Amino acid sequence: MSISREDVEYVAALARLELTEQETQEYTEQLNSILGYAAMLERLDTTDVVPTAHAVPLHNVLREDQVGSSINHEKALRNAPDGEEGFFRVPKISLT
Amino acid sequence: MESVSIGKSVSELHELLVHKDISSTELTKAYIDRIQAVDPDLQAYLTVLEDEAMAQAAEVDQKIAQGETLKPLEGIPMALKDNMCTEGIRTSCASKMLENFIPPYNATVTNRLRAAGTILLGKLNMDEFAMGSSTENSYFTKTRNPWNLECVPGGSSGGSAVAVAGDEATFTLGSDTGGSIRQPAAFCGVVGMKPTYGAVSRLGLIAFASSLDQIGPFTKTVRDNALVMNAIAGYDALDSTSVPYETPDYTKFLVNDIKGLRIGIPREYFGEGIDPDVAKGIKAGIQTLIDLGAEVAECSLPHTEYAIPAYYLIATAEASSNLARYDGVRYGYRADSNDVLGMFKKTRAEGFGQEVKRRIMLGTYALSSGYYDAYYLKAQKVRTLIKQDFDKAFEKFDVLLSPTAPTPAFKFGEKSADPLAMYLSDITTVPINLAGIPAISIPAGFVNGLPIGMQLMGKAFGEGALYRVAYTFEQNTNYHSLKPNLSGEVLTCGSR
Amino acid sequence: MVVANKYEMVCGLEVHVELQTKTKIFCSCTTEFGGEQNTHVCPVCLGMPGALPVLNREVVNYAIKAGLALNCEIAEFSKFDRKNYFYPDLSKNYQTSQFDLPICGKGGLEIEVDGEKKWIGITRAHMEEDAGKLVHSGDTITTSNESSVDYNRAGVPLLEIVSEPDMRSIPEVLAYLEKLVQILEYTEVSDCRLEQGSVRFDINVSLRPMGATTLGTRTETKNLNSFSSVRRCMEYEIARQARVLDAGEKVVQETRTWDEGQGVTLTLRSKEEAHDYRYFPEPDLAPLVIDREWVERIHKTLPELPEARRARLQVLGLSAYDAGVITQSKALSDFFDAALSSYEDAKTLANWVMGDVTRLLNTNQCSVVDSPISAAQLAELLGLIDKGTISGKIAKSVLEDMYSTGKDAGVIVKEKGLAQISDEGALLGIIDDVISANPQSAEDYRAGKDRAIGFLVGQIMKATKGQANPGLVNKLLKEKLS
Repeated sequence: MSISREDVEYVAALARLELTEQETQEYTEQLNSILGYAAMLERLDTTDVVPTAHAVPLHNVLREDQVGSSINHEKALRNAPDGEEGFFRVPKISLT
Repeated sequence: MESVSIGKSVSELHELLVHKDISSTELTKAYIDRIQAVDPDLQAYLTVLEDEAMAQAAEVDQKIAQGETLKPLEGIPMALKDNMCTEGIRTSCASKMLENFIPPYNATVTNRLRAAGTILLGKLNMDEFAMGSSTENSYFTKTRNPWNLECVPGGSSGGSAVAVAGDEATFTLGSDTGGSIRQPAAFCGVVGMKPTYGAVSRLGLIAFASSLDQIGPFTKTVRDNALVMNAIAGYDALDSTSVPYETPDYTKFLVNDIKGLRIGIPREYFGEGIDPDVAKGIKAGIQTLIDLGAEVAECSLPHTEYAIPAYYLIATAEASSNLARYDGVRYGYRADSNDVLGMFKKTRAEGFGQEVKRRIMLGTYALSSGYYDAYYLKAQKVRTLIKQDFDKAFEKFDVLLSPTAPTPAFKFGEKSADPLAMYLSDITTVPINLAGIPAISIPAGFVNGLPIGMQLMGKAFGEGALYRVAYTFEQNTNYHSLKPNLSGEVLTCGSR
Repeated sequence: MVVANKYEMVCGLEVHVELQTKTKIFCSCTTEFGGEQNTHVCPVCLGMPGALPVLNREVVNYAIKAGLALNCEIAEFSKFDRKNYFYPDLSKNYQTSQFDLPICGKGGLEIEVDGEKKWIGITRAHMEEDAGKLVHSGDTITTSNESSVDYNRAGVPLLEIVSEPDMRSIPEVLAYLEKLVQILEYTEVSDCRLEQGSVRFDINVSLRPMGATTLGTRTETKNLNSFSSVRRCMEYEIARQARVLDAGEKVVQETRTWDEGQGVTLTLRSKEEAHDYRYFPEPDLAPLVIDREWVERIHKTLPELPEARRARLQVLGLSAYDAGVITQSKALSDFFDAALSSYEDAKTLANWVMGDVTRLLNTNQCSVVDSPISAAQLAELLGLIDKGTISGKIAKSVLEDMYSTGKDAGVIVKEKGLAQISDEGALLGIIDDVISANPQSAEDYRAGKDRAIGFLVGQIMKATKGQANPGLVNKLLKEKLS
């Protein structure tokens, strides 16, 4: 599988990363080199292998439905680049 | 004062504090002075908390004055990697993105170390978002290897390793996603433990790859390491991946005896890419263990070579999602733009460094429509095979042994041009994270004046066996007592 | 639905229901509606670096309960996944949801439209977290130069219920939604406050030529929150698609939004721009294993569902229509059942509940749960009629007094001296007076004009201010005149 420039642009759009021309070129090369190396995985037959998502198998980790403490306005918004009147503010929302 | 206290182990300092030979204030001041003296060269710290540390030390001294019993780590100055949340204290992940981020809460480890009475000296440098093997990817500064200032300290927990090696803290915490504790511990000649996944809470550890990340201690000695583990390990109901497991007293395993212990040597960890001098040094270490009565035999972990691609696909996929939250809305860096889409793209383009962006790109690609099965799912299946390799090996062996890293510390810039080459050097460490098992790196000699590390791997929750072997090795060698001086020569302190 | 006899409509629905837990799905912040912006938040639901989720047990219980009520299979093994997309109301820029292994599998429910019954399949139902709320400074999302985000709602637990594309008309869609909401309300998994957005509907609709067997291209219109907007939106969208097809063009597969003010659907994003969600298993959460015992435990907490209640009421003598009206809302049905426990005549009770009680509540814009007249009080009132203490007519005015004062019927009857006169002696005196005052009517009756007795009864009731026992008056009068 080889990664085209268009693939890199598509992925950058998905990841919300604005790339410079140079970055686009570099990432195209580097992703090709890394994924080219990763192609060795194809050699392994994993048809009947169950995938591992968690290193240590646990299940049903649950908490009780009891209200705990929330943080106050000041703490919630302390790090906000643009916070006003208790809100996080963002510029115009474009739909795509 | 420095000659008395600096550079001693945690257990030695505890005795001094108990016997009032030194106060916590004096000890803390000595470390602050030491940081001021050597950190301009070493650059281990991103934040030094002099006032806070001195205030904490004064509280401990008051307790001592009132005749209260001191806990093992009480009054001991330490430092944290800058990806562990500290309430009210900047936690930057060494990223421009979080340059001004002040967490509103503490990581569980921060709370546990506070409850243990330790003194927080500051926050340590690292590769940005823990992505790297050299700490060269920090947005702020390059941390240098105390054994040779032209060499990298390893990564991503470079600051944590250097602070211990350079006597800028008695112990530190790092995090290990694919070797980020063990490799810098090896490069800097200190003890570094990556515990079993689920043994130490990840709450408040700023995530790189959630299914692989684990916090662990850097220390000068194996005993210190067990002491710190006693303080930080244990079930946390606020981390759904924390394992409900009764934590043992890890110091119980510190016996100078490995007679009859079965140690396996996986041949794949001595293959292509391993520096012959490193292999030679580790083999000498193996001989020491044989001489001490261990039963050593070669074994095989056949899927080892697949671990690198599997690791980089899984880790970057998880990272691409974990790092999506850095968008300039709730915290962190924000770039100006008229609309939100532009703001997101510019913020992330300007706020993240090259390696982070590269990994986000790789991980996003691995998860994207049409490629999920070929990359991410495949990698998860290979993860199963790697786990099974270890399961089989542990049917025959108590502990597995290898070099921690294929080479000693390398020079700045030597590998940063070729990301793949950098990734390949993680071959000896990433399989352990994929399997979720514990591994420790201990000082095992020198190559060209640079330390090398021996890695011991154990079964899940088998930290005890690792401590036993590590302790025995340490008691019968003197590598751990060698100290760098900052002119680059190896000096023997002979302080033991 | 047949559009100008040319097209058949095919519709499937996704319904998002807020579950009625005290706390959010992955953190212990309250789910209480309202509250000052960004006060019901914590590091977890704000997506702070290092924060980790822990699943609320009650969310799983509610999901199982809803699943059982909707005849769904409950999965023995299910897990959470991350759905990755960027949006300012999504604090982590991924939504923790369930992808390929949801908690509820296939199920369905029966609807009835114009007397015809039809099974509507449910594909699945899964747990997920809600997003925050965007407040726009301008009129709409597209005209605002700036927006504000409130994360109070971020992390509120949702159950997304996905139907099969089994509906063929707007009445079928509305019947399905009403039935679904009714079941969710009965099982108390949600408060179903549509006006607060606790239930939201996404509509997938397509048209195909009559007789065609393959599906046409569909559009998805998101985030409707009332039955009336669903109806209006569908009417618009069906007409729009029909016009597109009539013009020989193709319907574009896309996500649309309903503009309530203009009464139109608008393009939100097309398929080409559709998100590549990059689902993968949530590494921060362990999977769920739900054994039979757990399901059984929840099964035991299931209340009698509307259908079963309806059947029971019909056995007690109610018409299908009346039983339907009573069970329409759980609150009314619960009120009815409570009254039934101390008053046996279901038919009479139904007439009162559907008639005077409902009318009183509606006039005062009061909900059944808040009714000042309790079910037990209503039962007592009806008992007084049966015992002959008061007449049905007097009872109506007593009911009004009960509503405004909250007093028991017996107290009001006593205080106001409303008890019927059933004392024969007293009544005979009055009867004698009336007969002597109206000799012509008495003559007429005796001459065979039966109707004349009605006039005399009326006079007696008038003389007693309506308190005379009408049955007794009739009997005594006839005896007197014979």
